[in-house]
Amino acid sequence: MSFRHKHILGIEQLSKEDIQLILDTADNFKEINSRDIKKVPTLRGKTIINLFYEASTRTRTSFEIAGKRLSADTVNITASSSSVVKGETLEDTAKNLQAMAPDIIVMRHAASGAPHYLAKRLHCSVINAGDGAHEHPSQALLDLLTIRQHKGRIEGLTVAIVGDITHSRVARSNLYALSRMGAKVRLAGPGTMIPPGIERLGAEVFTDMRAAIEGADVVMMLRIQQERQGKTMMPNTREYARYFGLNPTNLALAKEDAIVLHPGPMNRGVELSSVVADGPQNVILEQVENGVAVRMALLYLVSGGEQNQG
Amino acid sequence: MTILIKGGRVIDPAQGVDGQFDVLIDNGVISQVGKNIASANFSGQVIDAAGKLVVPGLIDIHVHLRDPGYEYKEDIQTGTQAAVIGGFTSVACMPNTNPVNDNKAITLYIRHKAKEIGLANVFPIGAITKGLKGESMAEMGELQEAGCLALSDDGKPVNNSELMRRALEYSRPFGLTLISHAEDLSLVGEGVMNEGFVATELGLKGIPWVAEDAATARDIMLAEFTGGKLHVAHVSTKGSVELVRQAKKRGVRVTCEATPHHFTLTDEAVRGYETNAKMNPPLRSSEDVAAIRAGLADGTIDAIATDHAPHHFDEKNVEFNIALNGIVGLESALPLTLDLVNEGILTLPQAIRLLTCGPAQALGIPRGTLAAGVAADVTIIDPELSWTLEAEKLASKSKNTPFDGWIMKGAATHTLVAGKIVYQR
Repeated sequence: MSFRHKHILGIEQLSKEDIQLILDTADNFKEINSRDIKKVPTLRGKTIINLFYEASTRTRTSFEIAGKRLSADTVNITASSSSVVKGETLEDTAKNLQAMAPDIIVMRHAASGAPHYLAKRLHCSVINAGDGAHEHPSQALLDLLTIRQHKGRIEGLTVAIVGDITHSRVARSNLYALSRMGAKVRLAGPGTMIPPGIERLGAEVFTDMRAAIEGADVVMMLRIQQERQGKTMMPNTREYARYFGLNPTNLALAKEDAIVLHPGPMNRGVELSSVVADGPQNVILEQVENGVAVRMALLYLVSGGEQNQG
Repeated sequence: MTILIKGGRVIDPAQGVDGQFDVLIDNGVISQVGKNIASANFSGQVIDAAGKLVVPGLIDIHVHLRDPGYEYKEDIQTGTQAAVIGGFTSVACMPNTNPVNDNKAITLYIRHKAKEIGLANVFPIGAITKGLKGESMAEMGELQEAGCLALSDDGKPVNNSELMRRALEYSRPFGLTLISHAEDLSLVGEGVMNEGFVATELGLKGIPWVAEDAATARDIMLAEFTGGKLHVAHVSTKGSVELVRQAKKRGVRVTCEATPHHFTLTDEAVRGYETNAKMNPPLRSSEDVAAIRAGLADGTIDAIATDHAPHHFDEKNVEFNIALNGIVGLESALPLTLDLVNEGILTLPQAIRLLTCGPAQALGIPRGTLAAGVAADVTIIDPELSWTLEAEKLASKSKNTPFDGWIMKGAATHTLVAGKIVYQR
C-alpha cells in the first residue's frame, strides 16, 4: 500500500491504514537506530527545516536525529513564538523559506492551525510538530508504536488519558489515533480542563481519575503546564497531584500489566509520583526512543516512500 | 428635479403600507405615494419599478468607516459607496477611529466629509468614554449638539459598572441612546472563537456564551435602574435574545440588533482556520442562530445591522489567533436578509422593517419611511436578481468577507438619497 499524504498536519486526516503503514515503517527503521553506524542514504540530498516557534528539546532533537539518520540535510530555526510582537509575518517567513527550496518543513507553533497556514502556501511538505492545543501527530504515533510494542495490538485496548485535556494537543492526536485503531479512550481531568464536546470525538469522559484508570491497559499522563493554565484553572499543583496525579495506589486500579506513558517533560511529584516515575510499568524512555523511528518513518513517507529508494 | 417611480410593490412598514403604488419625488422629498400617478405630461424622470420592491432607503446603524485614521482599511468615500451599492441610504458609524470620535471636532469632520461626498447619509456615533478607555465620560452634550444620536464604546464594553450607570443617567436628558458592546472581558479571556465542539476540535480558545449574556444582563439592569435608553449591539446568543425579550416585556427602554452573519453562519465556518470567519462576537452555534432568527421574527430584535468591519488583507492573512475581528457586510446584508424571507422565517414587510424603520427608531434617526414630506431616501430592490458575490469586486476598500463566491438572490437596483440617484445597477 502506498502513502498519499504530502503533509502530516494531524492524525485527523489519517486513515487506519495510513497509521498502520507509519507504524510498520517505523518498526523497520528501529533496527537502524541500534546499529553501530546509524545512518542510511535514504533521504540524501533532501533538505529539512525544523522551524520551531516554541521551545522544545525533545521533539526538535528527535526530528533532527531522524533526518540525519536518513542522510537528509537538516537545519534548525528557532523563532520567537509571538509573531504578535513586531517582526516578520508567517506569510513572509513562508515565502523566504520557499525561496530556499526545502523539501520538508517540520513546524511547531503556539497558534493552532499555523502548520495548515504554511502548508497552503508552500510547495514542500509540512509536518506538524505540535500546533497550539490542536494536534501533535508524531507524538501520538510514537505513543501508539510504544503501546503496540508492549501489547502486540491497539485494537480492543482501554487507554486512560489523564490531565489537562483542554490545552493538550497530545490528547487530541492520541484520541484520534487510538479511536481510529479501535482502542477505547477514557479521558479524565479537573472540571476546568475538559473541553466542551470532546465526547463527540469518541471518548468517554471522567472527572474521577480512578474510574478512568480502572481496568485500563494503558495510562497516559499529560504534562500539567502552569504557564498555559494560568491561575484560574486549579488551586495549585499540590491539590492537582492529590486528585489527578498517578501514584502506586491508583495505578493499582489499572490492569496488572498496564503501562504508563507520559509525553514529557514530566513534573515529578505532580503528574507522576516518583515511585511511579521510576517504576517498572513506566515506558517513557521507550517512547522517546520510538520517537526517532516514527519521525524517520514520517520523513520517509512524505518524501515519497519507496519511490525514493532508487 | 422630480422623479416618478412607477409600478413597484411599495413596502413602508412605518406606515403599514404594502401594495402596488407609484412614488412621486419632488425637490428631494417624497411628495406622494399613490395609485397610478399620471405620467402623461410628466417632465421629470420616470423609473419603471415593475416587478420590484420600492422601500424606504435602508439604514445600517452599525458600521465602521475607519475614517479618520485607518483609511487604508476604508474611508468615508469607499464606505458610503459600498453602502449605496448595498441599498443603504443611511449608516451610523462607530467611534473607534483614530483619533477616536469622542469629541465634537471628529463628529463634525465625519459629517462634513460625508456631506461633501454626497452618497449615503452618515450619522456618527460618539464614544461613551474618552478615548474608548473606559475611564471617564466623553463630552456627551457636545457630541449630541454636533449631531450624534447615540454613543458607544463598540469594540469593547464599558467594563466599569458604575461608569456605565452614570453614562446612562447623564446621557438620558440629552436624548442619547447608549449602544452596548456586551462582553465580559474576564470571561472572554484569550478566546478567539465560540466555545464549543468546533473550538475543541480546532484547539482554539473559546469565548463562552455567558461572556455575552452576563454583560447584556448587566446593561439591561442598569438601563432599567436608570431609565436610560439602551441599544444592544450585535446580539449573538440565545440568552441575549431572551434577556432583551424579557426586558421589553418589563418595559425597559431597550432595543437590539443582529448581524446577517450571526443569523446566517455558525462556528462551523471557522473550520480550516478561516480568518474571515473570525469576528467579535464570534459566530455561534446553530441553536443561537435559530434563536436570533426567532428574535427577528417576533420583534425582539429591532434591527438588522452589518457591523461592517473592514480590515486589510494583511490583517487577516495571519495565524487565526492574531487575525483581527470582523468582516465587511454592507454589500451582502440585503440578499442575506431576503434569504430569511425565502426560507419563510420573515415576511417581506418584516424584513424591510428590520432594515428601515426598525433601526431608525432604535437610534432616533429621522428616516426610514416614505411618508409625504420626508427626505426622499428610497431603495428599489429586485428580489429575484441572482448574482455572485466576488470579494475582489466589492466597492469597500477591504475584501474580508466569508461570503466570497456565494450566489446571492436580491439586490438594490436603484438607491436614492434625498431624491438623487446615487447608485444604479
